[in-house]
Amino acid sequence: MAPRDVVLEVEHLSMRFGGLVAVNDLSFSAARGDITALIGPNGAGKTTVFNCITGFYKPTSGRITMSLGGPAEPNDVAALTASGNRAMRTARGQLFLLERMPDYEITARAKVARTFQNIRLFPGMTVLENLIVAQHNALMIASGYTVKGLFGFGSYQRAEADAVALARSWLDRLGLTARADDAAGALAYGDQRRLEIARAMCTGPELLCLDEPAAGLNPRESSELKDFIRSIARDHGTSVLLIEHDMSVVMEISDKVVVLEYGIKIADGSPEAVRNDPKVIAAYLGVEDDAVAEAEAEIAQ
Amino acid sequence: MSAPASTLTIPGAVRDALKVGLITLGLSIPILAVRTDQNLSNQIVLLPRWGLVASAVGIAIAVRLAYLLLAAVRQARGGALIGSLGVRLPAQAGTMFARAAVVFLFLYPVIALSLAGTGGAVKWIDNFGIQILIFIMLGWGLNIVVGLAGLLDLGYVAFYAVGAYTTALLGKTFGLSFWLCLPLAGILAAFWGIILGFPVLRLRGDYLAIVTLAFGEIIRLVLINWVPVTNGYAGITGIPRPSFFGVPFNASDQGFSAVFGLPFSPLYRTVFLFYLILLLALLTNWVTLRLRRLPVGRAWEALREDEIACRALGINTTSTKLTAFAIGAGFGGFAGSFFAARQGFISPESFTFMESAVILAIVVLGGMGSQVGVAIAAVLMIGGTEILRELDWMKEIFGSGFDPTQYRMLLFGLAMVLIMVWRPRGLVSTREPSIFLSERRAVSGAHVREGHG
Repeated sequence: MAPRDVVLEVEHLSMRFGGLVAVNDLSFSAARGDITALIGPNGAGKTTVFNCITGFYKPTSGRITMSLGGPAEPNDVAALTASGNRAMRTARGQLFLLERMPDYEITARAKVARTFQNIRLFPGMTVLENLIVAQHNALMIASGYTVKGLFGFGSYQRAEADAVALARSWLDRLGLTARADDAAGALAYGDQRRLEIARAMCTGPELLCLDEPAAGLNPRESSELKDFIRSIARDHGTSVLLIEHDMSVVMEISDKVVVLEYGIKIADGSPEAVRNDPKVIAAYLGVEDDAVAEAEAEIAQ
Repeated sequence: MSAPASTLTIPGAVRDALKVGLITLGLSIPILAVRTDQNLSNQIVLLPRWGLVASAVGIAIAVRLAYLLLAAVRQARGGALIGSLGVRLPAQAGTMFARAAVVFLFLYPVIALSLAGTGGAVKWIDNFGIQILIFIMLGWGLNIVVGLAGLLDLGYVAFYAVGAYTTALLGKTFGLSFWLCLPLAGILAAFWGIILGFPVLRLRGDYLAIVTLAFGEIIRLVLINWVPVTNGYAGITGIPRPSFFGVPFNASDQGFSAVFGLPFSPLYRTVFLFYLILLLALLTNWVTLRLRRLPVGRAWEALREDEIACRALGINTTSTKLTAFAIGAGFGGFAGSFFAARQGFISPESFTFMESAVILAIVVLGGMGSQVGVAIAAVLMIGGTEILRELDWMKEIFGSGFDPTQYRMLLFGLAMVLIMVWRPRGLVSTREPSIFLSERRAVSGAHVREGHG
């Protein structure tokens, strides 16, 4: 078997809020083009991991390596870590240490995009505008950082037309083209969820982090969402990192599942392996009666 | 008054209103038309007050007509709430209205001259035209910060002051002409916008408002207390006035009147200043509309809608906020520069918190983010206060000691409360999308967020 092409490597990640340890010494990796699921009971620290990866939190300790273009060489990672820089060019592509980068740069340069557990669209802007804002950095360069665009010089018109075309292609896939000029806040809940994913994809990410995309969807919408996420990974080659409570979604589309409980990783492997792991079953369903009796006996001794 | 007839036609409404006018006339002849007074030899004399009668009748007709029309609108909507009284126009109506308004503004001095004559026109062009246009420009400038980027700025007048003092000091100390001071004032104000922007980057909502308020006060207090430079309360006089491509507006042989072979009149300067501020305001509008369709403008609006989502999309919110502060402040600086050159005299008195409040009120009243709404609000608020000076006939009713301008703030506040009850999102509450795929549809104000700082 060829060595796994890892796009995201999380090593010894810890996040403390005062005395509370939300994530404790977590290590896992996500392979390029795979769908990796992060599951666990409520309060296990899944969203905290997301916030660390996407720069919304500065982790207390640990290293998060994002590698574009191919697997990272351990030597390169070590050299980058020692140099104190945020990013370096390697023979294959680029390497980023996400824990050193501010949030917007993680999206703009390291190509990690995310969605939110509670939908964060721009409700007062139209559906189309939401998708255009996502292409901000490319358009900003095309408009000569506003100067050229203001006076109508340069290629801004063409760049904007391209941006609209990209947005249009996503709207066609979502079946939302007819709603393009409506306020995003006026869309149905399920459409808002899918639009948020499309908006994240419009930033051109290599890794897409989805925080509970199926929350609040009915079974039909949830099954459509599965196909949508799968097509993102297959057709675009975008790796997906997924937090999800809906086990039917997780087990069906994930290539790999990482299970967290109280900020600690308790299992990591294929969906089948994780489903049958006694620790995972215990975390989700509680332990069996004889196990409780054993534990009580141990304490009594 | 009786209730309006169930089916209402325009001639019917006019007839009804005229009847009301007739009744008012009948009532006011015995009550208002003549006033008794004593003359010097203690005889009773009768003073006729037909002007008062005429205004009473006029008001009665206008009020009745407005009442009937509003009732008809309400009826057409199937007895909808009072909140829906606002006019709902098709998408093109806004643009058409704006075009008509611009044409009217370009013709305004001519209209004022032909209606009021040379003597009266100066007042109408200066007090109404120029004063309102300055506030339209300030409103549009602040609209970038508050309406688009959603950053509540209570100290906007500080940038107006920076622009005015830049022009005054550079003009007086170094003898720079107005045309050189104007861009410098804008640049310096933009620079101060960034200075203000840095410390408040992480603040939101109420906290941001307090700090911007404090910033405005700091600038004003510096202007008062830095006497060697700003001359304190006494202010700065003799600021160079703008010239017409190098030709000054004065009575000398090189003056505008002499060069163009016209009799000298202060009117030329006033008309020139009117067109100057009109062009500056239109420039502000053009730049704002243009920026809205550029990535930076969309980023401002996205920032107002959801800052965290912006960061997740790779938008640098720091530079986005700073550009909003800088560009908004820059336009405030231009307006301040014009103000200094128009007045020829400035003092800290002109840059109090009250001015900030009025500008902010214009933006909020107009509907945050709407260019047309802000312009209408400026006309109503500034024009309204100027109109109060013209209401001399009210002295006939309330006695000669009555000065309507003293009730300015009272009426102001009352108008604010009423408009906010009727139209809580301002006069123009819908948002124009910056780009569309198949059809331009205004976004309902219900979806648009106001920003959290």
